[in-house]
Amino acid sequence: MSLELTPEFQLIADWIEPHSQVLDLGCGDGTLLKHLQTTRSVRGYGMEIDPQKNIQAMLKGINVIQSNLNGHDLEHYFDPHSVDYVIMTQALQVVSRPDLLLENMLTIGKQSIITFPNFGHWKMRAQLSLRGRMPETSALPYHWYDTPNIHLCTFKDFEDLCEQKNIEVIARSVVNTQHQRTLGMRLWPNLLGEVALYKVKKRASNQA
Amino acid sequence: MTNSIGIVTPQTLHIDQPLQLVSGALLPQYDLVYETYGELNAQANNAVLICHALSGDHHVAGFHQGETKPGWWNDYIGPGKPIDTDRLFVVCSNNLGSCRGSTGPASLNPDTGKIYGLDFPIVTCRDWVNSQNALRQHLGIEQWAAIVGGSMGGMQVMQWAIDQPDKLRHAIVIAAAPKLSAQNIAFNEVARRAIMTDPEFHNGRFIEAGTNPKTGLTLARMLGHLTYLSDDMMGTKFGRELRADKLKYSFDVEFQVESYLRYQGEKFATKQNFDASTYLLMTKALDYFDPAAEFDHNLSQAFARTQAKFLVVSFTSDWRFSPARSREIVRALLDNDLDVSYAEVESEHGHDAFLLPNSHYEGIFRAYMQRVIQESASL
Repeated sequence: MSLELTPEFQLIADWIEPHSQVLDLGCGDGTLLKHLQTTRSVRGYGMEIDPQKNIQAMLKGINVIQSNLNGHDLEHYFDPHSVDYVIMTQALQVVSRPDLLLENMLTIGKQSIITFPNFGHWKMRAQLSLRGRMPETSALPYHWYDTPNIHLCTFKDFEDLCEQKNIEVIARSVVNTQHQRTLGMRLWPNLLGEVALYKVKKRASNQA
Repeated sequence: MTNSIGIVTPQTLHIDQPLQLVSGALLPQYDLVYETYGELNAQANNAVLICHALSGDHHVAGFHQGETKPGWWNDYIGPGKPIDTDRLFVVCSNNLGSCRGSTGPASLNPDTGKIYGLDFPIVTCRDWVNSQNALRQHLGIEQWAAIVGGSMGGMQVMQWAIDQPDKLRHAIVIAAAPKLSAQNIAFNEVARRAIMTDPEFHNGRFIEAGTNPKTGLTLARMLGHLTYLSDDMMGTKFGRELRADKLKYSFDVEFQVESYLRYQGEKFATKQNFDASTYLLMTKALDYFDPAAEFDHNLSQAFARTQAKFLVVSFTSDWRFSPARSREIVRALLDNDLDVSYAEVESEHGHDAFLLPNSHYEGIFRAYMQRVIQESASL
């Protein structure tokens, strides 16, 4: 079981306080949770719908709860504010209602960490505007008809949603598919960043 | 999944230490019949206890001498199988009140010298745990590496984790429920009425009367069997297929499904010679199982002292103990921050799926048991 980590996962680990309680939605084969257990001594659970990935996660010794993020599983299993971090990597765009899920994540978790591919990246824009076709890139390698990514957005779209839902962005990082960070990405993230990492929480409610 | 343990032989443990039962009755002495497979290691930390279901017994894998039919969970227990007898020491005992060798209603009551019949006290999951705990001590096992059970056996696993929190490291609860629903109890009650109203039942004294309430027991089993199957699976297997080539417009068997159910019921009551009083007792034990009841009907509270790590498994087409019932268990375990994994296995076989081959089920089971084995090895 090699634990070859993407820099995306390493960046997430940097955002996690040691010994915290973590929930990983769409945990896949459990690589991230395993890494967080080893390096951050977190306690946690993964939620994953795919049977094969459940088996792989279990082989890593991860607690994995087979669940459907489009249903009510999250609210069924967890009380509000019962988890320190609810993490979701590269899955926001595949769920049926990202806005409702985001809200749920921030009800159950004190903070959330979310990563997703940026549809505003220049390659996407170029393919659509110059070729007149739906983009296919290394970050989004599917055809328009078989893609599981049904709710793609740009960084700006996501931040607009956060603003609308009174969600505060605590930290943001942008990487490319090699998960490197460059100066250009820092200056023009929505144009040059391929994958975004956000750490968010609910703003303390005021009478606004 | 062809590897077999080979020939296995049951053993009997006679216990003279009286057993105080939940009902208030005292069982002065009793026998537990059990089988073991594999070797208990020097540290005695690789022992796995299997808890059987309503009509099950201690013969869980391998073959009895001269028999061609293996134990009831042979697909999952054996060398190289999910419960790997090359690595684990597997124990399965027959529950008290059964008719397969452990003391039950068909045994002699030492106080009267007569067959117990309905004088055999009502037993519950907790009583089974207490009796199995005596077997644990006898075998020199301080702590089970895991306790595994399906259906009623899964309930017994939960009872172990609640009553004896430091006596097991892992609990594997398959196709179970935290308590029976009104509908579950209702099915049990119809089954019991079928047995007890059979004129051959003789108020439980049928062995002395030289009779057998097999009509009632057959009906009870037909009803029970129905709850183990799914509508889809019955549709696939039988549909409206006829027994003969055309309808007879009579009360004889017309459809294949009728013939199948009758066959299953009669086989149970005659060929398998299941004891009618045992059927009554087992259904009662199921009805009474409700660990939350002692904790203000709060299942999370019931698991408050539990230490074991859990694997909970349900099957999509199981309507007897549906996935929703397993999710209640998972929720209560999560409330206590316990280690828990949960799998909802796609199957059309209803409640019976827990006994049948299925690649997802086997994969989960195998992966989790590897964790059990690895943890035992690193102790």
